[in-house]
Amino acid sequence: MKLHYCLSGHPTLPCNVLKFKSTTIMLDCGLDMTSTLNFLPLPLVQSPRLSKLPGWVLKDGSTFLDKELKECSGHVFVDSVPEFCLPETELLDLSTVDVILISNYHCMMALPYITEYTGFTGTVYATEPTVQIGRLLMEELVNSIERVPKAQSASMWKNKEVQRLLPVPLKDAVEVSMWRKCYTMPEVNAALSKIQLVGYSQKIELFGAVQVTPLSSGYALGSSNWIIQSHYEKVSYVSGSSLLTTHPQPMDQASLKNSDVLILTGLTQIPTANPDGMVGEFCSNLAMTVRNGGNVLVPCYPSGVIYDLLECLYQYIDSAGLSNVPFYFISPVANSSLEFSQIFAEWLCHNKQTKVYLPEPPFPHAELIQTNKLKHYPSIHGDFSNDFKQPCVVFTGHPSLRFGDVVHFMELWGKSSLNTVIFTEPDFSYLDALAPYQPLAMKCVYCPIDTRLNFIQVSKLLKEVQPLHVVCPEQYTQPPPTQSHRTDLMIDCQPPPMSYRRAEVLTLPYKRRYEKIEIMPELADSLVPLEIKPGISLATVSAVLHTKDNKHVLQLPPKPPQPPASKKRKRVNDDVTECKPLKPLLSGSIPVDQFVQTLEKHGFSDVKVEDTAKGHIVLLQEAETLIQIEEDSTHIICDNDEPLRVKLRDLVLKFLQKF
Amino acid sequence: MPEIKVTPLGAGQDVGRSCILVSIAGKNVMLDCGMHMGYNDDRRFPDFSYITQNGRLTDFLDCVIISHFHLDHCGALPYFSEMVGYDGPIYMTHPTKAICPILLEDYRKITVDKKGETNFFTSQMIKDCMKKVVAVHLHQTVQVDEELEIKAYYAGHVLGAAMFQIKVGCESVVYTGDYNMTPDRHLGAAWIDKCRPDLLITESTYATTIRDSKRCRERDFLKKVHETVERGGKVLIPVFALGRAQELCILLETFWERMNLKAPIYFSTGLTEKANHYYKLFITWTNQKIRKTFVQRNMFEFKHIKAFDRAFADNPGPMVVFATPGMLHAGQSLQIFRKWAGNEKNMVIMPGYCVQGTVGHKILSGQRKLEMEGRQILEVKMQVEYMSFSAHADAKGIMQLIRQAEPRNVLLVHGEAKKMEFLKQKIEQEFHVNCYMPANGETTTIFTNPSIPVDISLGLLKRETAIGLLPDVKKPKLMHGTLMMKDNSFRLVSPEQALKELGLAEHQLRFTCRVHIQDPRKEHETVLRVYNHLKGVLKDYSVQHLPDGSITVESILIQATAHSEDQGTKVLLVSWTYQDEELGSYLTSLLKKGLPQSTA
Repeated sequence: MKLHYCLSGHPTLPCNVLKFKSTTIMLDCGLDMTSTLNFLPLPLVQSPRLSKLPGWVLKDGSTFLDKELKECSGHVFVDSVPEFCLPETELLDLSTVDVILISNYHCMMALPYITEYTGFTGTVYATEPTVQIGRLLMEELVNSIERVPKAQSASMWKNKEVQRLLPVPLKDAVEVSMWRKCYTMPEVNAALSKIQLVGYSQKIELFGAVQVTPLSSGYALGSSNWIIQSHYEKVSYVSGSSLLTTHPQPMDQASLKNSDVLILTGLTQIPTANPDGMVGEFCSNLAMTVRNGGNVLVPCYPSGVIYDLLECLYQYIDSAGLSNVPFYFISPVANSSLEFSQIFAEWLCHNKQTKVYLPEPPFPHAELIQTNKLKHYPSIHGDFSNDFKQPCVVFTGHPSLRFGDVVHFMELWGKSSLNTVIFTEPDFSYLDALAPYQPLAMKCVYCPIDTRLNFIQVSKLLKEVQPLHVVCPEQYTQPPPTQSHRTDLMIDCQPPPMSYRRAEVLTLPYKRRYEKIEIMPELADSLVPLEIKPGISLATVSAVLHTKDNKHVLQLPPKPPQPPASKKRKRVNDDVTECKPLKPLLSGSIPVDQFVQTLEKHGFSDVKVEDTAKGHIVLLQEAETLIQIEEDSTHIICDNDEPLRVKLRDLVLKFLQKF
Repeated sequence: MPEIKVTPLGAGQDVGRSCILVSIAGKNVMLDCGMHMGYNDDRRFPDFSYITQNGRLTDFLDCVIISHFHLDHCGALPYFSEMVGYDGPIYMTHPTKAICPILLEDYRKITVDKKGETNFFTSQMIKDCMKKVVAVHLHQTVQVDEELEIKAYYAGHVLGAAMFQIKVGCESVVYTGDYNMTPDRHLGAAWIDKCRPDLLITESTYATTIRDSKRCRERDFLKKVHETVERGGKVLIPVFALGRAQELCILLETFWERMNLKAPIYFSTGLTEKANHYYKLFITWTNQKIRKTFVQRNMFEFKHIKAFDRAFADNPGPMVVFATPGMLHAGQSLQIFRKWAGNEKNMVIMPGYCVQGTVGHKILSGQRKLEMEGRQILEVKMQVEYMSFSAHADAKGIMQLIRQAEPRNVLLVHGEAKKMEFLKQKIEQEFHVNCYMPANGETTTIFTNPSIPVDISLGLLKRETAIGLLPDVKKPKLMHGTLMMKDNSFRLVSPEQALKELGLAEHQLRFTCRVHIQDPRKEHETVLRVYNHLKGVLKDYSVQHLPDGSITVESILIQATAHSEDQGTKVLLVSWTYQDEELGSYLTSLLKKGLPQSTA
């Protein structure tokens, strides 16, 4: 029986648990960060605007929440250290999780919460780029939050009775009890130390029972889908895959074939936007702003799409006359991210791999750095403040606009209509992200670039790999809430997908009937196959079953069966099951004439045969023995004369096949 | 009986021209395709006519595996694939794929351009050959075809070096290529899991050597370089562009940094800068420490080591120069050597093995007067030092690898016969496995005894594991089933299922025995006595007294009737089926002994 537990409600930041053949496997460890949008931004430089916000007052005039909640730009925000929404921790005992499989660096952000706080003692599997870049993302996150110490952590508003009274969206915020503060670097290091590195198509044995294999998913450096299989069942976990040709190795689709169950998560969050078109718009908006003397702010993660954007700009800037405009990449991990991107040749697409053979760096941002067109800084403080020239283009995080260096640039550039902020990351609603900065004079352009599978690609993929069952988050089984008429924006397959939602448990519909077992060579040699029907041979096997590490082996039974000691005699049947073969089933029928001949050959001289309705009765008069023979049965009725009985038994058995 | 056959075409009781043919479960794999440094005639390449004399190699080989980029492991590849003709897959790791063609081109240039040979592979052939290469990741399981799979393990030795596991069904071979069991300045140590191959084919270059600690050799090396530089001498270190060169550069670079030395270090141009670049781009293949710190400080970006210019050789004052090639047989290293050899203040350090006939070999064997071309005699006054930095496993390392992998048989290649003999004995003694050391062209056959995988119906497996009230995992469990063989599938099912699938009916064989008991009491009283008796004796069995007056022991039925003639005798009818044979037979013998008198 296979069970599937859903611990995260966010379809692109999944956290599922699969119980499969006595192993408990967590699939991804996504951290829902959209909760941070309810918090006030953390400014790096004292912001007069943000520090003087009025406390929020209830309609009845009570002010007990005015320390926790502030009114800003017509919305109410929590004035506290930002918090993230954790995966469910109560649905099952997470200390029983044996392994965690990570599909890409965005889907491991909750790892420290799981590995450090639930009694988890297992192993985490991920590819090397996933771990290295995942570490960078965590470092950046921890750094941007710890840089701006906040004395208070608000909790009163989370009280159910209080939350009811709050304005939207706080009133509707879900799972607030699962919101937690960010982890620390020691926790990150402890979590990452539990990871074991794996390569694509590496077969990893779990307890001898299950084999897991990562496959290239084409979405990011080192991103993987996972095959979880035994000899007879195959579950494919497809999470964050892309069929577009960007920098990563292309998606391995062929290996997903013949799946019994395919779990499908991490589809594009913007199914209506074409990534290529968005990149074009990004470039033209950027060029226009800079030409008009304005600055461009690109809130982004320190790895991923930024590599592709830099590559586009590398090809674009000269023709667009932007060669003198400085590009700044500001992040505590900017340098590391740029360096790491160049050393993972084996995880890149074919074109980039070939460059390494020359040997040249696979990404052209190396040249942008060399020619001083792209500069990177750990933060706005230090060297950057000396080098800073306007107009310029700044890439910095965090895309939620709630923490990181981006907050400073929003405050700095928001008031001028010359400047533009271009949103490329699809994880946060840009309007919600901008809410605490309103009113803004700066232009806002929304060019979400999400290279993950769209619904057209999904239906093609499913036709191609033909899984028996599809399992997916409930969001994918209906059109997006804002576009309810777009029935094309959902998964369409036969049989219809099984859907799940946060805190739900599914029983996956597949039942295996066979298991692998090995017959030792000595036992195999002793078997006597008999051809029963043309092409079908049978051999009865009586053997000792050994099971170790979930592997089953059949061996020859021990040679001399221990003669049971007299004291043990009463336990005769126990000994039988342990040491002596069970009696086989019999099949066939007994031809009476031949049987009688055989009896006579063995010294029975007074054999008489009587016909009955269903067969015959063979009488041995002297021995007062009667043998009833029918089509499917034989009954030997005799006195308690064991040698005689055994003799007759063996003669009967000669005519029958054993199974 | 299934067997694995191994035939070395090169590297059999020899170093050089590594090329080993393996046949496993009907698949033929060629391991490495190297050239021999010691020969310039036909013997420099393996004799591929051994594989087939008429017909294409592609038809006889399922795949070719190259362990690393050294020419004695890949130097014959373009000849093999383009001139003899092979179009099947060639597997190697990414760094090997990147660096191998450069070394091949270098080799071609020296052979064709400098030595003027004509019938040799061309640049285009190298390119065409490389198109047949499939790059593999470490630990990736590559499915060559439906049955044959290969997997690479990290081998240390040089950048991208790998050991390969070749597996068909449950039979497997591991080929180590060249490996190093101790991490060095730039690479990590070889590692393999307990994969228990039927055969481990291992190199044995240092079969009898147990090397002192690397630290001592490094200290020694630095001391010698330092002393020479201090007294104003020049140090020449002949190297090959990739491999040891980077290790020694890192060593000197950190030493210069630490000691704040000013004497210049040069690296002869050409391959070198490019080589360092490969190390930078494939940094994930280097050791832990370099990988961890590369963002802050890339170990292959050298501050103190500059590109060498021919004119620098005549500069006054101390300097250290790394120059190619490593055996002083040609090129820049030889030129510099000639310039500096006359001064006793100078020093040449040979960090690796030199083939007979090379200048390197001559000076290492003590020759101090060398005849150069034009009958010129070169007197060597400079100091000559040998320091082994080659990254091969020593005897201890080889034993360690065997311990890690737990092979059933070991086969030695890539070493000298005498030394192999010694190691072979040691391996056989310590691990009690067979150890082989075939010469070139000699075939070793190893018999494997694989177990047979079959499908067992889950119902049968669960039934068997559920027998017994307290399942004791340690107790072996007896199972009874029917193995059905149809086409090539093997299924083990319960006898009932086998009968059902074949459309056969069960034939029931039943026995009924009459047991006579002397008991004058009424029938139902006799039955009660029998019941109490059995209940007392057969404590572990379900003994029941049914309302119709019969007794059951498990599924065995006992009924009592009065004897037709003798009222003092009762007849017990004990009835059981063939499947209960043991118990039925036991019961009749038990009852025959009669009932105990005391039983009421």
